[in-house]
Amino acid sequence: MVTILIFAVLSLVGFGFFAWNISKVRSNILLGKEIDRTDNRSDRWKTMLLVAFGQKKMFTRPIPALLHLCLYVAFVITQIELIEIIADGLTGNHRMFHDALGGFYTFMISFIEILSVLAFIATVAFLARRNLLKLPRLNMKELAGWPAKDANLILIAEITLICFIFMMNGADEVLYSQGKSHLEGQGSLGFSISSFVGPMLFGSVSESGLHLIERIGWWGHILMVFGFLNYLPYSKHFHIVLAFPNTWYSNLEKKGKFTNMASVTAEVKLMMDPTADPYAAAPADAEPQRFGAKDVTDLTWKNLLDAYTCTECGRCTSSCPANQTGKLLSPRKIMMDTRDRLVEVGEGIRKNGKDFNDGKSLIGDYITAEEIWACTSCNACVQECPVNIDPLSIIVDLRRYLVMEESKMPSELAGMVTNIENNGAPWQFSPADRLNWRDEN
Amino acid sequence: MAEMMAQGETPDILFWVGCSGSFDDRAKKITKAVVKILNKCDVKFAVLGTEESCTGDPAKRAGNEFTFQMQAMMNIQVLDGYEVKKIVTACPHCFNTLKNEYPELGGNYEVIHHTQLIQGLINDGKLGVEGGVYKGKKITFHDPCYLGRANDVYEAPRELIEKLDAELIEMKRCKTNGLCCGAGGAQMFKEAEKGNKEINVERTEDALETNANIIATGCPFCNTMMTDGVKNFNKEGEIQVLDVAELIANAADL
Repeated sequence: MVTILIFAVLSLVGFGFFAWNISKVRSNILLGKEIDRTDNRSDRWKTMLLVAFGQKKMFTRPIPALLHLCLYVAFVITQIELIEIIADGLTGNHRMFHDALGGFYTFMISFIEILSVLAFIATVAFLARRNLLKLPRLNMKELAGWPAKDANLILIAEITLICFIFMMNGADEVLYSQGKSHLEGQGSLGFSISSFVGPMLFGSVSESGLHLIERIGWWGHILMVFGFLNYLPYSKHFHIVLAFPNTWYSNLEKKGKFTNMASVTAEVKLMMDPTADPYAAAPADAEPQRFGAKDVTDLTWKNLLDAYTCTECGRCTSSCPANQTGKLLSPRKIMMDTRDRLVEVGEGIRKNGKDFNDGKSLIGDYITAEEIWACTSCNACVQECPVNIDPLSIIVDLRRYLVMEESKMPSELAGMVTNIENNGAPWQFSPADRLNWRDEN
Repeated sequence: MAEMMAQGETPDILFWVGCSGSFDDRAKKITKAVVKILNKCDVKFAVLGTEESCTGDPAKRAGNEFTFQMQAMMNIQVLDGYEVKKIVTACPHCFNTLKNEYPELGGNYEVIHHTQLIQGLINDGKLGVEGGVYKGKKITFHDPCYLGRANDVYEAPRELIEKLDAELIEMKRCKTNGLCCGAGGAQMFKEAEKGNKEINVERTEDALETNANIIATGCPFCNTMMTDGVKNFNKEGEIQVLDVAELIANAADL
């Protein structure tokens, strides 16, 4: 009874804290500007199914895709065993589904165990890729410090989780073979891996020792799950949840189409309309609009959702032509900076109210002008992202702010724009010469 | 266009030449190749000539939405004035802007890239191309970002190259995975930021690795960047940079 109570309280705290964190993340994301991403629902479901659930875009790089698939499938399927653990914990039963499901139970746990072994191998491979093989995209300077630690912590936590599963199942196998399990009967539970690994590891352990190992496995597993769940909102690993909504809300337009700024259209129409009253005052309740994005609150909520979804895999950066040729720009860093700044602004607003101002901004304090001017807008980063994150739209909005609010841009670009305005071409040619090609040889 | 209108004629398609195609000496050759093909196929087309103006693409990519929208609105007035329905352009940047970014400002036209138009002409039997000068040559195609990733047009230019009886060799990075030439996003008009290499040099290395005789492109900016890249390696004698339209026009002996 006491253990049931402890378990119930633990679950409540575990899920409650997670819900509280989710609501914080949600309110941070909603600090972004409105954008409609609810049209074409059937396309959205399809995109989510293919890209997030089906991991379609991962497979442009087959080795990490395969390793990731092992982890992903194991993670998804293991949830069935987790449901049993929670049900057992709340009712004080032992392997509730065992008798109810019969042979299917054995098959299911066996399947989970095989996947867990694959996931174990994948996790070790991932650790090796990061720390021994030192893959360039996993060892760039923006990952120094916390991001690198975060990545390793997640992988170690996954290994620990898998170990706890095998402690639990392995000890139970040995107990069952001795007829001392909480389950009725004697023999083998028939679990694919632990029926071998159990006797090998724990064959000589005493009965009380076995029960202890089984409980450590069981409690360890569920404690790790609650811990992991609540670690997510503070970690890059949040993608396991957000990949799904993020792909649902994907940009379904052609990648070359940049957003139209309606605020500018209004101004331009005013300029081109001979009957417009140039002295007309804006309505008193009109909020002054900023052109482009200076800080995270000027971005759209989808940009902010992107930032939380990013798992820092670096495919964007490794495919970025500017980054490959040694420029400062890294699309991954753009996403990480956006998220870090959003967390900071969100905390500030919660503590100090809506008008919070710490004198800092995304452009300048986090992302430098040099970074965003290095972008060729080639869309390689957008194409590469396995969860449809769009770093380019943030870069463009930051440029818009620099150009239209602060008139800061590389001088050649100022000249280029002047040329367009004066003679309708980015170079200094007379519009009268536009047809010269016709008569030249 | 004005002359055609004055004669009471309506063209089937407007050829949007673009700033490069109008003013850049190298790109003018691409313009002429497109015109030769259009004339050969008796396509009733017009150009705006001195009434054409920048689409505003580089301004928009550079973050100057004001200049972009001013250009767009003026161009839309001109295009609508001539009741233009269909536009072909030899520049993926003009193509992308006219096709994707003009509709929200009231400019709705059917916009195609010149490689798509030529593909249609050949498929309809209006233009016959038989290898000719390019038979057996090795050609690699550099995907312009604003044609490929930005608008998912990958096959039209490749089909045209295959019509030449030439061997199409892909670079290690191609199609969705293609590497930018370095000119997009208004980079064409400025010096690159500090780094350890120019992007066009990196891309030219990809092209040279294929041992192709010709680098084909479908964008005047890419053409400039790749041409400069080839010069950087002093390979002008071994590898040519040509637009797909030029390949077709030359092969058809136009």
